[in-house]
Amino acid sequence: MKQRGRALNSHLRNSFWYGGKSMRSHFWNRSAALLAVVAMAACGGGGGSSEGAADDAGEAAPAAAAVDPSTVGTISGMANFGGMVPTMEAIDMSAEADCAAGYGADGPMAQNVLVSNGGLANVFVYLSEGVSGAPAASGAAELDQVNCRYTPHVLGVQSGQDIEISNSDNLLHNINATPTENRGFNISQPRAGITSTQRFQVAEVMVPVRCDVHGWMQAYIGVVDHPYFAVTGADGSYSIANVPAGDYTMTAWHEEFGTMTASVTVTAGGTAMASFDYSGEMMGADVPMGDALVLEHGTNRIRVERTQ
Amino acid sequence: MRAPRGTGIVLLVLFAGTPSALAGQEDAAAAGKVVYDRWCAECHGETGQGDGSAAASMLPRPRDFTQALYQIRTTGSGQLPTDADIRFAIENGLPGTTMPGWPNLTDGEIDDLIVYLKSFSRFFGQGPAPEPLDFGSDPGGGPAAVEAGAAAYLTMLCEECHGLSGRGDGTSAPTLEDWRGLPIRAADLTEAWVLNGGSSVEDMHTRMLTGLDGTPMPSAIDAMNSGVVSPDEVWQLAHYLASLGPREMPPLRDVIRVGRAEGGLPADGGEEAWAGVEAFYFPLSGQVVQLPRNFAPAVDGLWVQGLHDGNDIALRVQWNDPSNSPDPNWDEWQNKITTALDLDGAEPIALDSVGAPTSRPPDAVLLQFPFEPPEGTDRPYFLMGDAREPVYLWTWDSETGVGAGRGRGLDSVEPLAEDPVAGEATWEEGRWTLYLRRSIEIESDGLDFAEGTPTPIAFQAWDGSSAEVGKRSSVSTWYYILLEPPASSTVVVTPLLAMLLTGAFGLVLVRRAQDRRRDG
Repeated sequence: MKQRGRALNSHLRNSFWYGGKSMRSHFWNRSAALLAVVAMAACGGGGGSSEGAADDAGEAAPAAAAVDPSTVGTISGMANFGGMVPTMEAIDMSAEADCAAGYGADGPMAQNVLVSNGGLANVFVYLSEGVSGAPAASGAAELDQVNCRYTPHVLGVQSGQDIEISNSDNLLHNINATPTENRGFNISQPRAGITSTQRFQVAEVMVPVRCDVHGWMQAYIGVVDHPYFAVTGADGSYSIANVPAGDYTMTAWHEEFGTMTASVTVTAGGTAMASFDYSGEMMGADVPMGDALVLEHGTNRIRVERTQ
Repeated sequence: MRAPRGTGIVLLVLFAGTPSALAGQEDAAAAGKVVYDRWCAECHGETGQGDGSAAASMLPRPRDFTQALYQIRTTGSGQLPTDADIRFAIENGLPGTTMPGWPNLTDGEIDDLIVYLKSFSRFFGQGPAPEPLDFGSDPGGGPAAVEAGAAAYLTMLCEECHGLSGRGDGTSAPTLEDWRGLPIRAADLTEAWVLNGGSSVEDMHTRMLTGLDGTPMPSAIDAMNSGVVSPDEVWQLAHYLASLGPREMPPLRDVIRVGRAEGGLPADGGEEAWAGVEAFYFPLSGQVVQLPRNFAPAVDGLWVQGLHDGNDIALRVQWNDPSNSPDPNWDEWQNKITTALDLDGAEPIALDSVGAPTSRPPDAVLLQFPFEPPEGTDRPYFLMGDAREPVYLWTWDSETGVGAGRGRGLDSVEPLAEDPVAGEATWEEGRWTLYLRRSIEIESDGLDFAEGTPTPIAFQAWDGSSAEVGKRSSVSTWYYILLEPPASSTVVVTPLLAMLLTGAFGLVLVRRAQDRRRDG
């Protein structure tokens, strides 16, 4: 646990290098272009929508304006979960009775592995290689605080995109984002109805977000420098529209199971499929690839599982 | 992610323009490196990651310059500091941490050092130079402002972390972590002199609007802009915070003056009986002489009041401690402390099968005296005496209460068979109040106080929830305690006596003169 911050950082550092050799080489170019990106916020694409997402945000507008439909296709697929579904730990919210009252008889449970009908929710999927050029961010992503939990739990945004953070709970939350590639922020929202608008300027998967008042509150924001990303919905499905035809590497990130990659070829007007398979046996075992960020059950601590 | 050293210089090349400006920056960074390597690297590390050789025993840890996360800024949350902000921290230090001010450095050296510090992080040099926030202007203090500020404190729910009393004992306090995941205390707002961004109204106002990056302390600016509190109310809140206690560390006085009580000694530590009795503040520092040392002491000072009535002496000792140890709510904190700190060879407290610590040490305080009033300036060794010259102890801990003991060194304390020291302690809103009482003179083993004779006294304290046990404690040096003789005897009786004696002597002289004349 004492390594939490350090381990997290090292994970993020690794994923930064891993996820984007192109990011690395283009880093300074991109930072020089940031002002332009921000200024161009009017046009271009947003995040991919997540089909069947019951409670997910990421409802960013499709990149309709700048897209020639004859050159783009769609990527869709599933995060499948097989085997025994791990039981999530109960969260002790007794300190905030108003929040605890928002949950059913079972009370609030941890959200690190949410499985429904064989689909795994909250997997952040994005194109990690092969993207050349992208429309600027448009629209705002939303992160809300509802009954002392973040909604959504995992959020994807495009670099430079506005993130509107609101508080639906009439009590104190602070939103403490601790990126390493971006500048962070830490803002208090002591009442319902307060909104803060923040941005991350460069790609970073993932930016952890926490509330220091309520130690169980944890969210992750995946920042990529294009709009070709999605978060799997409650049923484990996702869909990314308006992807230019081409060959890509796709990365899937999950807080418990780390990263997986898949190759995908998008054809104009077609729908490419890319699915990721997870299983109960992976719980607590070595993750298949990359370094996994692991949220320890019931303690909200994060550690890194290394495979190499 | 950490940029290699020198990247910042390269960036400055890209952004700064003219070759001469460039060369100037390079020279400054090179000169700054000399200053840094000499004065800063031992804590902040050669590569600026806050991992110098001394860092592991410090909490909070030294700043990691590669992340450019600076607590003390005039810029918005997450923004880079201005050069003036960095200078402020170097010149003043960060009170309440191990970072001292550096009055030995010249203005020019600090300028060079700032250039070098910024070169550790690639964030500097990106985009425009950081600009301070608009802090508005202070509408002024006074009782009405303080009252309005007290209301704003509750509106902003500051008490969640800082507690209703402001002593850092809020509900969330035991769970707080800094950006590294290390435990960090909610500031004790009643001890403004250890607030790391300064203790003035302006300082506190600034910190509220900027937040303290890398810590759980958020910026209140969106709450203010949303109208939850007005800009004036944030200033009033700053005035309220400044009213919670002394802004500067109380002046150090060597002697606790124990006055003679009019109308009997207080029967307990209650506020009423002790109101108006002068309180003396004694800073404590971590015990770092013997292993295991304590570079991150939890108790940083205590207040002492005393009264006597010619027969008994009563003392009231108060100190701030956000945890009423042993308290399971602080288990996680205790665990985090033992894993975060280099315990200097001490065994960390183990965890049981459900993750709870196998022991929860109590809070404790010792008052230390010599057994005999010393002759001259000779006093026992200040760390609880030694084999040659033991010390007489008044002991208290939150499990066994008050007692008396004999100390022959830090790890050698034995209770005394006969123990006439009585007392009790209460914990309320982040503060212990310990009441102690004993006869001035006793039959059994122990020190007899003598009115009018200063007696050495020293202190030692532990916060159990911060895993402070044994030698891992806070200590003071020797001070004195003085039982004042009755005011009447010195002020009234002495002159009267003098008059009588003078009169009598005069009479004798006159008589003798008369007798001589008669005889003659």
